[in-house]
Amino acid sequence: MQTTVLVPSGVLGLGFSQAALDRGIAKGCDVIAIDGGSTDSGPHSLGTGRSKYSRAVSKAEWRALMQARARARVPLIIGTAGTSGTDTTVDWMYEITVELAEELGQNLRVARLYSGQEPDRVISKLAAGQIMPLSFAPEIDADTLQGMSNIVALAGAEQIQAALQTGADIIIAGRTTDTAIIAALPLARGAHPGACWHGAKIAECGALCSTHPGTGVIRVTFDQTGFEVEPMAPEAACTPHSVSAHMLYENSDPFRLYEPGGYLDVSAARYQALDGRRVRVEGSNWVSGPYTVKLEGARLVGYQTMLLAILREAHYVANAQAWADKLVSVLSARVADQIGLATGDFSIELRLIGVNAAMGALETRESQPAEVGALCLITAEAQEMADEIGRLANPFLLHMPLTEDEPLPTFAFPYSPAQTSRGAVYEFALNHVMRLDTPMEAFRLELSEVGTRADVA
Amino acid sequence: MPTLRDLVRKVAAKNAGPFQVTVDVFCGSAEAYAHVSTALSNRAVCDLFGLEPQLLTRFDIPDLHVIKFSMPRIVVQGSRFDRDMHGAQFGTLLEELVI
Repeated sequence: MQTTVLVPSGVLGLGFSQAALDRGIAKGCDVIAIDGGSTDSGPHSLGTGRSKYSRAVSKAEWRALMQARARARVPLIIGTAGTSGTDTTVDWMYEITVELAEELGQNLRVARLYSGQEPDRVISKLAAGQIMPLSFAPEIDADTLQGMSNIVALAGAEQIQAALQTGADIIIAGRTTDTAIIAALPLARGAHPGACWHGAKIAECGALCSTHPGTGVIRVTFDQTGFEVEPMAPEAACTPHSVSAHMLYENSDPFRLYEPGGYLDVSAARYQALDGRRVRVEGSNWVSGPYTVKLEGARLVGYQTMLLAILREAHYVANAQAWADKLVSVLSARVADQIGLATGDFSIELRLIGVNAAMGALETRESQPAEVGALCLITAEAQEMADEIGRLANPFLLHMPLTEDEPLPTFAFPYSPAQTSRGAVYEFALNHVMRLDTPMEAFRLELSEVGTRADVA
Repeated sequence: MPTLRDLVRKVAAKNAGPFQVTVDVFCGSAEAYAHVSTALSNRAVCDLFGLEPQLLTRFDIPDLHVIKFSMPRIVVQGSRFDRDMHGAQFGTLLEELVI
């Protein structure tokens, strides 16, 4: 038996070709699966439980997918809904879905899969020795876990299968592995496990595994021995190289991919061109192991205020680092003296744009730019305190001379007010796995009927 | 002296989760791969990224003409002192390495 999965793009909000989506629906599929997030843009979405994507864009794309789903009469799955897959971003996506069901006159069964973890569950798992650190994991204990803003567990195929078994038309899943939403149905229908996970990894970023990444839509067909992948935009092609190279992407080991309950090993995979734009892959292996799910957590670090000054005078451009070092030291002393904060209660950082703002100490190039941007980042325990330090820093950032016996400089402030409150700042605070006795133990499913029964889709 | 950029098709870096970064050197041909896989030493990569040698993982993949380096992020992605959320500039730094 074959199982076909249509992947509209790498993430909802990134865009896809409607013509390619239509072509995929016309060719047929058993499920439509799309990712809704990632950790790529940093810890803020996880920390706050809010989506980083535009609601209007997400709704417009979800509308197109809900219409495609109604035509194909197959389930539609979104994983890691709302960027971070917290319970609140699942609810955000659910709200959009309910609105669209009304607007489109669709009657739907919607399953929500929640991945959020109560700190107490994780703390008791830690005490029971069922939390294991992955490479380079931060230290954790009961207090750090209790203090996290949000903790999510990455669902695998089993939790998505549980949602599919409810007969849901639409599944809105919280944090999942990127691959699980694609692998779940073919695995449930008995396709080759190695092929299911490998094909899912290849398709998880949509057309990124093809020659035309921007076209979005990819169709993958799984069977008992392998999988076949084909881009739905006519101008795009999958080649053995474009497909095999995708295992490198965002993956620290190009031959292994860890998932709940085991890992994928592609070291024996064979890639065969079926024609100019379709590739068949066989020989990938799934190796079963203990049932663990990865955890992600974010903790609040403090609140930030930023200022930006531009140095244009050649003397200051040439001596920007010495000036910045002096400024940080002068400001730190003033904050201690005049605001009365201890050294550990705030930080002031100056990053020199045009010198080494992106690389810091690793920068290898030296040049003489026309100007240097001095980005001042102030972090403190409360926004008002960070803002207060910003007000203290303002005149120094504008006028501080390099030495006492030179005229007072005036640098360029590009806008008024010179300082911007950045709000709460978070950090990723978990890189661990949690052992589960049963896959649904740490996850929760809710089922709803939405839309108006009177109108048929 | 040529830089790595002069010898290969492209160098791409990306986070592999918040705690690691991975840098892929796409050589583009068997000849370039043969040359670069010998000439590009782990020592030079560790010096460039400020890494202890045991923290660097290297994969030489002849089928793809790719050399892949994976390493911990010395500054965790998105933490207060991170300067490059997506980690792509690690690739730029490696591209400029003189071989």
